[in-house]
Amino acid sequence: MWHDAALVAAKDLRIEARSRVALWQVVPFAVLVLVLLAFAIGPDQAALRHAAPGIFWVALLFSTVLAIQRSVAVESGEGTRDGLRLSGIDPAGIFLGKAAAVGLQLLVLELVLWAGVTVLFDVRVHVAWLALVSCLLATVGLACAGVLYGALSAGLRVRDTLLPILVLPVLAPVLLAGSKVWDAALSGNTASGTQWLKILVPFALVYFVVGLVLYGPLQEAA
Amino acid sequence: MAPVVCFRAAVALAGRFPALAGVDLSLEKGEVVVVVGPNGAGKTSLLRACAGLLPVTAGEASVLGVDLTADHTAVRRYIGLLGHAAPLYDELSAAENVRFAVRALGLPAAGADEALELVGLTGRLRTTPAGRLSAGQRRRVALAALVARRPALWLLDEPHAGLDAGARALLGDLVARAVAGGATVLLSSHEPQLSVPLADRVVTMGGGRVTAEEPGGRRPTLAPVPVAGSAEASHVA
Repeated sequence: MWHDAALVAAKDLRIEARSRVALWQVVPFAVLVLVLLAFAIGPDQAALRHAAPGIFWVALLFSTVLAIQRSVAVESGEGTRDGLRLSGIDPAGIFLGKAAAVGLQLLVLELVLWAGVTVLFDVRVHVAWLALVSCLLATVGLACAGVLYGALSAGLRVRDTLLPILVLPVLAPVLLAGSKVWDAALSGNTASGTQWLKILVPFALVYFVVGLVLYGPLQEAA
Repeated sequence: MAPVVCFRAAVALAGRFPALAGVDLSLEKGEVVVVVGPNGAGKTSLLRACAGLLPVTAGEASVLGVDLTADHTAVRRYIGLLGHAAPLYDELSAAENVRFAVRALGLPAAGADEALELVGLTGRLRTTPAGRLSAGQRRRVALAALVARRPALWLLDEPHAGLDAGARALLGDLVARAVAGGATVLLSSHEPQLSVPLADRVVTMGGGRVTAEEPGGRRPTLAPVPVAGSAEASHVA
C-alpha cells in the first residue's frame, strides 16, 4: 500500500509541477479571497486583526475545494479512470497517494496564506507551535476528506458544481476549530488553543481511516 | 485446463439496461478470438466485463480462474485492456506513462523502455508529453503500456482505430507474439479485413448475446512476448 501511495503521490505531484495549476490558479485564488475579505471588513486595523484567523481558514477551505477538484480532474481524462482501476494499484494506496499530494500542496498554500495574513493584517503569532500543529492536523483532515468526497463525485457530470456543496459543510469543523486555535495562537492563550486541537485530531483520524476503507468502493461506484 | 474466459448465460447491466443479455463464450489459453457485430451489440461491454470493469450480475463468469460474480476486481492486474481512449496522463511523457503502468504492478521499469521500442516510440517521442502526441501515437503509447504489463489476457477494443498502416501491421505482430508467449487475446472489431486474419475464432454478437461463431484466419508465428510471472491466470484464484 505504501509503495502504491508513493507512486500515485509522485505521479500527481509531477503532473501538478508540469501543469502549474496550483501555482497559477489555486495560490492566486487563495490570496484573492484574503484580499477581498479584507476589503469587506474595511480599514479598521483592530477589526482586521480580530478577523484574521477566520479569514485565513475561509481562504484555505475555498482553496482546498479547488485543489480537490484538480485532483479529481487529473483522473477524469478519457480512459484514465478505468486505467487507474485496472492498474493493479491498491485503492487504499490511491487514496493515500492522492491525499498526500493534495496535502503537500495545502501545506505550501498555508505558508503563503500565513505570510499573507501577517503582511495584510499586521498580526503576529505568539504561540507558533499551536498554529503549526493546527495547520498540520487540518491538512491531514482536509486532504483526506477532500479526496474521499472527490471520489464520491468523480463519476458525475455535475461534479465541479456538486463537490463544493458536498464538501464545504463537511469541512466546517476544521474552519471552526482552526479559527479558534489560531485566535488562541495570536493572543497567546495556549490552553484554549489546545482544547480546540481536540476537534482537529479526531477529524483527521476519522477521515484517514474512512478514506482507506471506503475509497475502493466509492471508486467502483463512481 | 480450465478456460481463460468462461461466460455462461452472463448478464451485465449498464444502468438499468442489459448490456450483456446472456452471453455464452469460452476462450482457451493461447486463443485469439475476434468479436464482431453492429454498434450496441455488446462487444465493448463484453470486454469490460472480462476486465472486471462491468460487474456480471447473473449467470456464470470467470476470467483466469477468478469468479467475476463473486469478485470482479481481483482479476484486473492480470488483464491488459486497450479501450477506445488511451488511458494516458497528458502532462506526463510517453515514457513516464508507461513506467507508471509498469511500476504499478511492481515490474522493473526497464520493461517500459523495451515496450516503447517495440511499438516504435523512440527518440524525442518518448519524452514528449502525451497531450502533445497525435491520436495514433497516443494509441501506440497505450499499446506499449499494455505490452509492458505482460498481461495473461489481452482485451483489445477496436484496436485498429486511429492507427496507420505500419502500426496496424505492428499490432498484428504483437498479438502473434503475445499468443506465442502464452497470452490469450479477445479483440473486438468493426474491420474484419484487419482482425479476422489474426483470429482463431470469430464470434458475432447482437443484442448483448453471442449469435454465431466461425473459424478465423491464420496467424504468423513470431518471437514470443512473455506473460508476467508465468504463474498466469489459473493461479490467480
